[in-house]
Amino acid sequence: MILASTLTTNLAILVLAGFIGFVVISKVPNTLHTPLMSGTNAIHGIVLLGGLLIVGLSGNGAFNKVILVIAIMFGTINIVGGFLVTDRMLEMFKSKPKPVAEPEPQPAAKATAPAAQGEPPGEQQRGEQ
Amino acid sequence: MIHPVLASFLQEASFLDVLYIVAFGLFIQGLRGLSGPTTAVRGNRIAAVGMGIAVIATLLNRGEGNWGLIVLGIALGAAVGVPAARQVKMTAMPQMVALFNGVGGGAVFLISWAEFRLTHGYASTPTYVAIFSLFAAIVGSVSFWGSNIAFGKLQEIIPGRPISFGSAQQIVNLVLLILAVAAGADIAAGDHSQAVFIGLLVSAALLGNAVVLPIGGADMPVVISMLNAFTGLSAAATGIALNNTALIVAGMIVGASGSILTNLMAVAMNRSIPAIIAGGFGGGGAVEGASGAGEHAGTVRSTSAADAAIQLAYASRVVIVPGYGMAVAQAQHAVRELTKELEKRQVEVSYAIHPVAGRMPGHMNVLLAEADVPYDQLKEMDDANPEFQRTDVSLVIGANDVTNPAAKNTPSSPIYGMPILEVADSHSVIVIKRSMNPGFAGIENELYYDPKTAMLFGDAKSAVSEITAELAQI
Repeated sequence: MILASTLTTNLAILVLAGFIGFVVISKVPNTLHTPLMSGTNAIHGIVLLGGLLIVGLSGNGAFNKVILVIAIMFGTINIVGGFLVTDRMLEMFKSKPKPVAEPEPQPAAKATAPAAQGEPPGEQQRGEQ
Repeated sequence: MIHPVLASFLQEASFLDVLYIVAFGLFIQGLRGLSGPTTAVRGNRIAAVGMGIAVIATLLNRGEGNWGLIVLGIALGAAVGVPAARQVKMTAMPQMVALFNGVGGGAVFLISWAEFRLTHGYASTPTYVAIFSLFAAIVGSVSFWGSNIAFGKLQEIIPGRPISFGSAQQIVNLVLLILAVAAGADIAAGDHSQAVFIGLLVSAALLGNAVVLPIGGADMPVVISMLNAFTGLSAAATGIALNNTALIVAGMIVGASGSILTNLMAVAMNRSIPAIIAGGFGGGGAVEGASGAGEHAGTVRSTSAADAAIQLAYASRVVIVPGYGMAVAQAQHAVRELTKELEKRQVEVSYAIHPVAGRMPGHMNVLLAEADVPYDQLKEMDDANPEFQRTDVSLVIGANDVTNPAAKNTPSSPIYGMPILEVADSHSVIVIKRSMNPGFAGIENELYYDPKTAMLFGDAKSAVSEITAELAQI
């Protein structure tokens, strides 16, 4: 059956993703656990996609529209807030010898905005042990 | 305007899959970046790009209609999330993470609810879709309410001390869990009743409250981490219900990472995860320990800021051990000033960071980084411990249980076996502390009765500032 095979495929993806999660995450040093928690927290905001998909289907009544708008709002808060807060925390780990008071970058407003900024060059050299 | 050929190409499901694969490839790459301080900023941004791609791909492929609602929802979310994220103080980070986690869980259960209503109680969907959607509803609701309670406790809106039904706690939790699962089973078996679904959400909400309320404020990090993993798993379940690969992969990665993190924290605090969930965390055993250790009558030597300054000025190697008390007093900038003053005198200064110092693993590092402490001065526990023997002065600021030698020496102690910073090995110790009150575990710290330990009583911030002022006059 087609449905059964969809389920099996998805379960396989689920299991493999779990293993990838374990492997990737176990390497993170203690010092970065708070930003990591905050960063993974932002990633589960991806549930926003569920809201976007369902609100696009036909047949949603008024009550459904209300709860879906709230769900989309929650998902957006989770994503935008999560990535921004993680970025702020991580910025602090970068040790800059000169106290240049740069203004905060990123006039972020949308879900995609925090990512849109390019990487400042020469960032890799600092902070080596 | 998009060319019709391009438009039809963009709406091809296979192209959507490609974009999703790119998106979660970026998530994985981003998380790998988080494994080092120099690549972490970039890693987080890579993950954010992945999220942007996933959202755009979904918007290109969704059904028509209700664009206004999407714009409204995203605008409201950005209006709340952006200022909150930019203004939150670094010390308030744990409750912010709790709140962001909570809204994620909220989105999960609302989406399940909308799906239930739209499909008239999963009337024409395969049973497995109903099961995964119901699982997401229960876990999302638990996570939403649990996270809100965790936020309330850390923000001190709700008392941090454990609130529980006593010995009936486990029974209450179990009954609520059974109610939620039974409602889910009823719906999955074909009941389309709206009331049953609401009953499921209410039972799960009460369960979220009942699980987190009995847990003391100091242990919230473990709970938040666990709820973070829960939200990830529920997002993955939503992904299976909606047949959406990006949701499955991203949710499951978070579920896996959150589980690891929860376990690491629990190990560092010498707790078992089942014991945490069973409730009454920080009660029972620890209280017995307190009465036993209370008889520990020794003499405590107290010192003054001036004496402490002299001791530090003539040391050649000083290790600072920051703890939760330092975070609460917002003393990190004062500590940094003290370090600068000592470095002027050629004193070698480093910081020894316990894995659970602060309120979350790594929280202390963030606070010290905020105060411009160079990353290479921060030593993790395993690197710091062998160095204490050649340390002249250890300056303990607002840390307690993580320095208690009882964890190594006293098998009857409730914290026996917990990894500690072996401060007692150094030549002398100065402890800055507000009072002799025991720490979170409720047990006396033998370190304070050690003849080489001097206690400097006072608020961490003002005490450190006083030492710095005295130091400047030497």
